[in-house]
Amino acid sequence: MKTIALIIVIITGSFLLYATVDFPSWGDPQSPASTHVSPRYIERTLEETSVPNVVTAVLADYRGFDTLFETTVIFAAGVACFFLLRAFGKERPATGLYRHLLTGVTVRIKGSAGLPDDMEEFERIDTLWTPYDPIVKVMCQRLIPFIQLFALYVIAHGHHSPGGGFQGGVILGASLILLSISHNFRIALRRMGERLDALLCALGVAIYAGTGALCLLLGANFLDYSALAGILHVDPVTARSHGILIVEIGVGIAVMATMVLIYNNLASAGKFDEGL
Amino acid sequence: MIWQLDLLVLTLVVLCGIGAIMVRDLLGAAILFSAYSFLMCLLWSIMGAVDVAFTEASVGAGVSTVFFIAAVFHTTRRTKD
Repeated sequence: MKTIALIIVIITGSFLLYATVDFPSWGDPQSPASTHVSPRYIERTLEETSVPNVVTAVLADYRGFDTLFETTVIFAAGVACFFLLRAFGKERPATGLYRHLLTGVTVRIKGSAGLPDDMEEFERIDTLWTPYDPIVKVMCQRLIPFIQLFALYVIAHGHHSPGGGFQGGVILGASLILLSISHNFRIALRRMGERLDALLCALGVAIYAGTGALCLLLGANFLDYSALAGILHVDPVTARSHGILIVEIGVGIAVMATMVLIYNNLASAGKFDEGL
Repeated sequence: MIWQLDLLVLTLVVLCGIGAIMVRDLLGAAILFSAYSFLMCLLWSIMGAVDVAFTEASVGAGVSTVFFIAAVFHTTRRTKD
């Protein structure tokens, strides 16, 4: 079986390699993409949308429909992970481990009730608990605000520099995942609960699709942000720039919430009780 | 574009790709995949596609590695084949 698979892979691979011979060479100005499409965007983007970064303008404005469904795909991936992995009604294991903070004594409490989560003297710990490393903990605590600030910068500055909703959203999600890894799964869950997470997941896509629908209501095409000029009190060119920012924020929210949703379901095996 | 640098990164990409398939330890495969993503990110930035490189670095080398490790943590580190 493995030999047949290897033969198929080699044949397909050699066909693909053979097909690359027909490709135009890298950066060829005579290639079809560089003769018609690219010059149009490179020459006209700044005057049409007032966005210096052509990639952002193409991604969120000219090809906005693509990006809308990319965001929907990410949302669908998060929802699929949730439905596959989430174990409903098994939030608490049969025994809970609690550590007395002053003495370091660990108490095992049977029964699903356990101790209340907000007790001062006791701390709920994972089954595979290792003592916290103060270096890791403090460094992550100091770093996370800066990571989040950088993520917001990436989202907001996508007009001028590389970046945008996807990258910023992933970095924002990664900062919350870092909190979950470096501290505790439950601390991160208290910062951003499951319900809020799922709501943000849908809200991001809703912001994107809602902006498009708003343009439709104002009498323009779907995702034609120049229709927003009347609402935003700016000229149509600036309105397209602002529209890109609005949908990038939507993408950022959706991606961030989806990353956290997938991580929470994967790391706790759907029980939302203990992390990695 | 310096072709020596390009060749070095391309060789490392191929080595990491083959290594990720061949290695028995799934945790090692996840880390090799992360290295592969990072080298791909270098390749994208060599070719001038900075936005794609940024996405590759954050999604490929960053978050997806965490997802792989979380999945390995809850399943098994050894592959059957």
